[in-house]
Amino acid sequence: MSVNRMFRTCPTSGLVFHEPAEKLMRWNAVAAVVSLLIGGLLAIGVVLTRWQAVHLLPPDRFYQYLTAHGLNMLVFWIIFFEIAVLYFAGSTLLKARLATPKMAWAAFWLMVLGALVNNYSVLRGDSSVMFTSYAPMGAHPTFYLGLILFAVGALIACFVFLGTLVVAKAERTYHGSIPLVTFGAVTAAIIAIFTIAAGAIILIPTFLWSVGLVPTIDSLMYRTVWWAFGHSSQQINVSAHVAVWYAVAAIVFGAKPMSEKVSRTAFLLYILFLQLASAHHLLADPGLTSHWKIFNTSYAMYLAVLASMVHGLTVPGSIEVAQRQKGFNHGLFEWLRKAPWSNPAFSSMFMSLIGFGFLGGISGVMMGTEQLNLIIHNTLYVPGHFHATVVVGTTLAFMGLTYFLIPVLFRREITFPKMAQWQPYVFGLAMMGVSLFLMGAGTLGVPRRHWDIGFAGNAFAHEFPGAAWLMMALAGITGIIAIVGGGMYLLITVWSVFLGKKIQTPGFQHVRAKDGIAPAPKPVAAAIAAHHPGIGAGGMVAPGTFALAMVFLTAFVLYYFINWKYLSTVWPLK
Amino acid sequence: MSAILPPQERVWWKQPLDRVELIWIVVALIWCLIMFFMMPYWHIYGQQNLSNEAYRSKPEDFVRKTEAMIAQYKVREDGGDLKVPVVRPPAGSDVYMVAQLWRWYPILELEAGKSYRIHLMSLDWLHGFSLQPENINIQVHPGYEHVLTVTPTNPGTYSIICNEYCGINHHTMVSRLYVVK
Repeated sequence: MSVNRMFRTCPTSGLVFHEPAEKLMRWNAVAAVVSLLIGGLLAIGVVLTRWQAVHLLPPDRFYQYLTAHGLNMLVFWIIFFEIAVLYFAGSTLLKARLATPKMAWAAFWLMVLGALVNNYSVLRGDSSVMFTSYAPMGAHPTFYLGLILFAVGALIACFVFLGTLVVAKAERTYHGSIPLVTFGAVTAAIIAIFTIAAGAIILIPTFLWSVGLVPTIDSLMYRTVWWAFGHSSQQINVSAHVAVWYAVAAIVFGAKPMSEKVSRTAFLLYILFLQLASAHHLLADPGLTSHWKIFNTSYAMYLAVLASMVHGLTVPGSIEVAQRQKGFNHGLFEWLRKAPWSNPAFSSMFMSLIGFGFLGGISGVMMGTEQLNLIIHNTLYVPGHFHATVVVGTTLAFMGLTYFLIPVLFRREITFPKMAQWQPYVFGLAMMGVSLFLMGAGTLGVPRRHWDIGFAGNAFAHEFPGAAWLMMALAGITGIIAIVGGGMYLLITVWSVFLGKKIQTPGFQHVRAKDGIAPAPKPVAAAIAAHHPGIGAGGMVAPGTFALAMVFLTAFVLYYFINWKYLSTVWPLK
Repeated sequence: MSAILPPQERVWWKQPLDRVELIWIVVALIWCLIMFFMMPYWHIYGQQNLSNEAYRSKPEDFVRKTEAMIAQYKVREDGGDLKVPVVRPPAGSDVYMVAQLWRWYPILELEAGKSYRIHLMSLDWLHGFSLQPENINIQVHPGYEHVLTVTPTNPGTYSIICNEYCGINHHTMVSRLYVVK
């Protein structure tokens, strides 16, 4: 083939990077981190305003900051990073050249342009419509235009990734099936394509409405279709960060999936059922029947929840098996005690797993239960939930991956290694605090997206209980600590990438692919063995993980029925 | 070999499951089914279910019905200079409440233990009906008249706050609801 295919083999990790792909990964990662920085600065204003004792910003600024915070964090930071993950899982893990790097650059610049245009519209001050931009509340046309441009860019990037899979298959860069992490990335890409299609269906008419070409946008239609975009985009995150969990387990421990069949089937369940979750946001809406709500909100009998519960077991389970095989085979938890807790890639990933499961997963099912939603809808419980899923879950997992990527992708040493050890704990634990306290305030009825729960000067001022004010103050304090933790991450990554010590390997040189990249090794036909001899207890290879899973299930069941009990005490409705 | 490499066994789908995974999948699936069937169960045996009754209505029609109810059942005014009418409709009757930028209108006075058919609709943007401290939260749409049969249990003064962001004065959209013996 006449295309110039430049590859390099990373001397520390043995990974094979296609140079055009590597450059794209770096730029997408940098754009992601810049978005995180902007979103983090805005978070200061949001946190310090909702902490009523400080009440920093006036209302117009508060709603403006909150809008921009949501968009930069939920859309720009995460999707830029996910595109980098897709290129990594496609090109690097399959040792394949990236399909059409030029299109990938076009995608990148479209995304950058979209993010800038959207931020410009919010900066104007007439588009403080929140992340959700519910019609008929209208924003400036550039608000929708920015999102559309960004989405088109992301869509092109997804197809570049899928094209890379085709290239890898055609050029036989691997044998057998694609790796599990790449399979997870494919799941994320498929969900992303569905998500962006739903986004186009709703954002294009809304854009036309904002410039006066469409007369009206129905509010229920908007919410139904918009959430097929808004919620599904969070499902891209779930698939992507679960893939990152598997990747970190493999990188740090050499962990092998307990069973390829189970893990891949669980990803397949995501593709089939996660999209139904638009209904989570419509449970308190008129005009939809209970049949529709129950079927959709439960992802058709909770089959996507089942998939997450499976990943929640198999990821730590695979780590446990790897650790036990290394000799940490005593008792239930030696494998976990002797885990590398000072390695930020591992500690981030493990806290992401625990926080996502215990806080994010359980609270998500509560909100997504048709009747329980009545006592939760639009309260601060909702931001509490998604700060556990998207921040502790996705963001922390991505942070962990960054600590691995800086040496292998940017070829720089991590500066401030001590701070890097602490950063996941500061950020992760504080953010778990934020989630818990917001959920606590929500349980006491405190509304989300609200400038003043003191209702100062209002004739009908509502008095929230003292506990709610306490929760808000605690959420403020932990929020500030989390922002400090985020700042530590930004400092470490930016410093390392731009000023960090370059990693030089003597004798290192690029290997051009046409000069012969080593052919992929043929897999050894291993005997099919289910049991790893000599490890585990009670006929289980991962008894410690099983015990943790039972703790999780107990917490889940108890909290579920506590909420039903609470629901049964409110006014009868029918 | 690991999750970032192609599976070692070409026919990985024939590898039997470990006991840990099998037990967990069965337990998790059972729990998922229990959670699923809780929702229809509560529709049959539970007291708190959101009504499926809703109509498309025009704002002017909804305002007309609201004003007619106020004219018939108004008992006093509340809120000082705001002079918001307080209505006390008979038990079992159709009761109307308007949500608009940035108020709930009118104020209702209901009798504990009696049921009312409350019609909720917005005249402009989306709003969020949040009854505190009961913590019942319902989305209010423009053009969709949502009919809920509500039975207040305890007498007292309740607040209705808006919990769907509706613009710059969203946080001022708060009202009362009285429940008497």
